Amino acid sequence: MNVRTLPLPKERQETRGGTLDWLDWLLAAVCAIGFVVALYAAFVYAPTEAVQGDVQRIFYFHVSLAWLAYLAFFVVFLGSVVYLWKRSEWWDTVARCSAEIGVVLTTLVLITGSLWGRPIWGTWWTWDARLTTTLILWAIYVVYLMLRAYSSDRMRGARYGAILGIIGFADVPIVQMSVVWWRTLHPQPVIEEGALPPQMLIAFMISLVVFTVFYVFLMRVRVRIEWLKEEIAQLQESEG
Amino acid sequence: MNGWLGQVSALLWKDLLTELRTRELLGGMALFAFLVLLTFNFAFDLRIDNVGSVAPGILWVAFSFAGILGLGRSFVQEKDRGAMDGLLVAPVDRAAIYLAKFLGNLFFMLVVEAIALPVFTMFFNFGIATPALALVIFLGTAGFAAVGTLFAAMAANTRARDVMLPLLVFPICVPVIIASVAATSLVIDGGTLTNHLGWLEMLAAFDLIFGILCFVVFEFVVEE
Repeated sequence: MNVRTLPLPKERQETRGGTLDWLDWLLAAVCAIGFVVALYAAFVYAPTEAVQGDVQRIFYFHVSLAWLAYLAFFVVFLGSVVYLWKRSEWWDTVARCSAEIGVVLTTLVLITGSLWGRPIWGTWWTWDARLTTTLILWAIYVVYLMLRAYSSDRMRGARYGAILGIIGFADVPIVQMSVVWWRTLHPQPVIEEGALPPQMLIAFMISLVVFTVFYVFLMRVRVRIEWLKEEIAQLQESEG
Repeated sequence: MNGWLGQVSALLWKDLLTELRTRELLGGMALFAFLVLLTFNFAFDLRIDNVGSVAPGILWVAFSFAGILGLGRSFVQEKDRGAMDGLLVAPVDRAAIYLAKFLGNLFFMLVVEAIALPVFTMFFNFGIATPALALVIFLGTAGFAAVGTLFAAMAANTRARDVMLPLLVFPICVPVIIASVAATSLVIDGGTLTNHLGWLEMLAAFDLIFGILCFVVFEFVVEE
């Protein structure tokens, strides 16, 4: 079975020859302005935290990135399930692109967390439950990308990726539970409990929204690039 | 249903018979487990006063490394000799193939562990064999083999398959390793059954969830 012999799906015909459309430009503009606003909110608008001082301001980005990383991996899971169910190439591409972005986000979460941990905990890294879970999450999706790269056949890679996308996501709660039992040090979430002062909450929300828009923008561009790559491959094949 | 179980037992018997005749797997796995134990002895300079604290970790590293070795062979040998195509063409349920392979891998790992544990006891003068430990080892190995069997089937069809298998198995099996090592420590410390009930429950939950999940998605691995 070869993917090249399949007819072009409808979604692809719309993107044929396309680069960035007006929606992409709009999202890019929202991100460009939004990041400036988010930086202002985090560094100027939000009050300085009493105990940790200015160091705490990394929180707005660190937690936003972490939420988005989870969103990205949920999209991988969703795309994997729909791919196995409907065999839609589009969902497979979405899953793979989301995994790439999720790995980048998780890497940034680990780096920002490390930068925050050094002055507050006095160490770059600690084997606390949340940190350990995030690290394992990162490892699972790096392996996901390797698996995709090492699968010689396109369809087979898509199926294997989908299986790992499902197994990996199902593993996260159990990993979380096992390492929580193992040990814990990371601050408990303060956002749901309403313990955060309103100005800090606003600064956080701005950051979260901007990063979410940025994720959507990245996904749109990344999926488009994949389609164009497929299209080029198909054209090259038909040329001989 | 009888026919289905018959398929499973026929496939399992085939693997056991192959092993009985070729003796490729068990000897290698057991020797490798022994060499891992030997390496740890030099790495940590094990003595009677420190062996208790590192024993659970050493045992599970030896078990899982030897397990990976066995898992890697279970589908590669089918593929190398073109037997996988025969299996897939045969009127056999795909899930039966998974179950038979899982049971075979579980069996080989348990045999190796049954050899490695007395060897460990003998060389390090450290007796830890109890019924509670047997339960921990069984539950931990079952979870490892359930996930490992699925990924072994996948890895056999990728480039760099020997590299892919451990990379796939170890991150997913982190809960198995944590829970097994923790439960083994508790057994060594002489805790009562209620002490490590939580870890045993976690292992059982992992086995159940991933056993079913891998069983269900296996047909997607071999469809072609």
